[in-house]
Amino acid sequence: MARADVRRVVSRGAGLAPATASLAALAAVMLLAVGVGSVHVPPAALLSALADGLTGHLHGTVDTIVWQLRLPRVVLAALVGAALSLAGGAFQGVFRNPLADPYLLGAASGAGFGAAVVLVFAGAVPWLARLGVPLAAFGCALATVAVVTLLARRGSQLPSVALILAGVVVGSSLSAATSFLMLASRDRAAGILSWLLGSFAFASWARLLPVAALLVPSVVAILGAARALDVLQLGEESAAQLGVPVAAVRLALLAAATLATAAAVSVAGVIGFVGLVVPHAVRLAFGAGHRRLLPLAGLWGALFMVLADLFARTVVAPAEIPVGVITALVGGPFFLALLRRQQR
Amino acid sequence: MSLAVRGVVAGYAGREVLRGLDLELKPGEVLGVVGPNGAGKSTLVRVLTRLLPAWRGGAWLDGRSVARIRRRALARAVAVLPQSGELPAGFTVEALVAMGRTPHTGLLGAPSAEDRAAVERALVETDTRGLRLRRAAELSGGERQRVLLARALAQAPRYLLLDEPTNHLDLRYQLEALAFVRREASRGVGVMVVLHDLNLAAAGCDRVALLERGRLAALGTPTEVLTAPLVSRVYGADVEVHVRGSRPLLVPRMPAG
Repeated sequence: MARADVRRVVSRGAGLAPATASLAALAAVMLLAVGVGSVHVPPAALLSALADGLTGHLHGTVDTIVWQLRLPRVVLAALVGAALSLAGGAFQGVFRNPLADPYLLGAASGAGFGAAVVLVFAGAVPWLARLGVPLAAFGCALATVAVVTLLARRGSQLPSVALILAGVVVGSSLSAATSFLMLASRDRAAGILSWLLGSFAFASWARLLPVAALLVPSVVAILGAARALDVLQLGEESAAQLGVPVAAVRLALLAAATLATAAAVSVAGVIGFVGLVVPHAVRLAFGAGHRRLLPLAGLWGALFMVLADLFARTVVAPAEIPVGVITALVGGPFFLALLRRQQR
Repeated sequence: MSLAVRGVVAGYAGREVLRGLDLELKPGEVLGVVGPNGAGKSTLVRVLTRLLPAWRGGAWLDGRSVARIRRRALARAVAVLPQSGELPAGFTVEALVAMGRTPHTGLLGAPSAEDRAAVERALVETDTRGLRLRRAAELSGGERQRVLLARALAQAPRYLLLDEPTNHLDLRYQLEALAFVRREASRGVGVMVVLHDLNLAAAGCDRVALLERGRLAALGTPTEVLTAPLVSRVYGADVEVHVRGSRPLLVPRMPAG
């Protein structure tokens, strides 16, 4: 066998190992996060509590803590982390811009504004709020991405800096509008604020289900578009000459990534930088091919978010830090380093 | 059977580039397209692949208007080596060449044995097998050009449009590119080569089309088209032509001073 062939076999064989390792790591961190908290659940008790729940017989406070409080929270954090990270990977691929992410593009702020409008005006009607929050979040996020893209366009070009500037400006305006809404309806302000800063404190199975229902189709769509994203990296013309319906693929991906963002925001608030940091780290480690990048970005995003939430609720216990603060503290410097590197 | 433009008028934002061009590429031939900058060579490639709609006239693949052919079907028949093809940095050469199979595999399908064989053949033909696992960012200009060529070949097209394939290539690979083009033509592929180097066009093409401001100035064998008066007039540059066997050889005459 020639050396290149050996290297190839090795690299093919290694194809699944990172995903398996990441999955194992995610499972371990999730178990850790379920065990750690104001009431410590040691591993043996944790396993028996999990077994109790699976057989359908919850007894005792430990079972309740594990199944009704911790597990939904950890699962929700994992889902939201995976969604934001995959959305970031998709945005970066569609715009061919490593700085694109749901937060910097304004999609997250748009979703936050849409959700806040519904909470203020329909918050008193629970079923309307439950249905309206994700829908309004999705609609506003989609409109925001459209406006930001139009503002940043220079002919047929979409320069990085223009895109980020437009995203940040539109995003800030929407955040200001959201703040105004909160001031105008003081009775709901506290609730909206704590949700806007990003938190998994209100997690429950009932809240989790609609999010999961929105996330599954968008995640499937993004993962399924991995090959299309690869070809899009060749540039618009080359992709078209390879038979790809570029405009349709881009639109579908933007919609899917925006839907994932909106679903995440409508349940956990505006959590920044995950969609930027995680896909980028995966790309550095494993290359740009989306068939590997996207699944790993999803897993690592989940892992990152579970850890961030664990940190958020334990570091100043019994108080909690909004998880968005943690991700911004980690992601902000990372973003600046990336921006500097890109401009050099 | 041919890939052709008839009476094509096309351009960008009100600027007319092609002004009534007729040209036909037949299976098994190497057709050189030459002409000064701005003559419409790259625009012709874009019209033939439906990237640019014709304002008047049109492009035809085996008698069907390309405007009516689905993008994917067109990409199975016609492959392009773009003039300034981008190679995204983080992909391996193998992955980039495999992207040439997109019109065959589809965006959702898994690569078949035939896909893998086509990629292997493209790597062998362009002498890029040794680069297989290298990332695009690590490639030299000439290596990038060969990888782009490999991608077009992996597409297994019936018509191959090469927009300045010898760009960035040193002498050895220029000649190999030419040999590659001849080999593909001998297998029945119709190859259109946009070239700046008239001597390469003279050496490697069956027919040469000389474009001048969006129109055909001359079409025929290299000896018929690449004559001193015609080239001097169209390019506005003084050349001598020596005929060696059946191939002309052009030598520029430096302006005095």
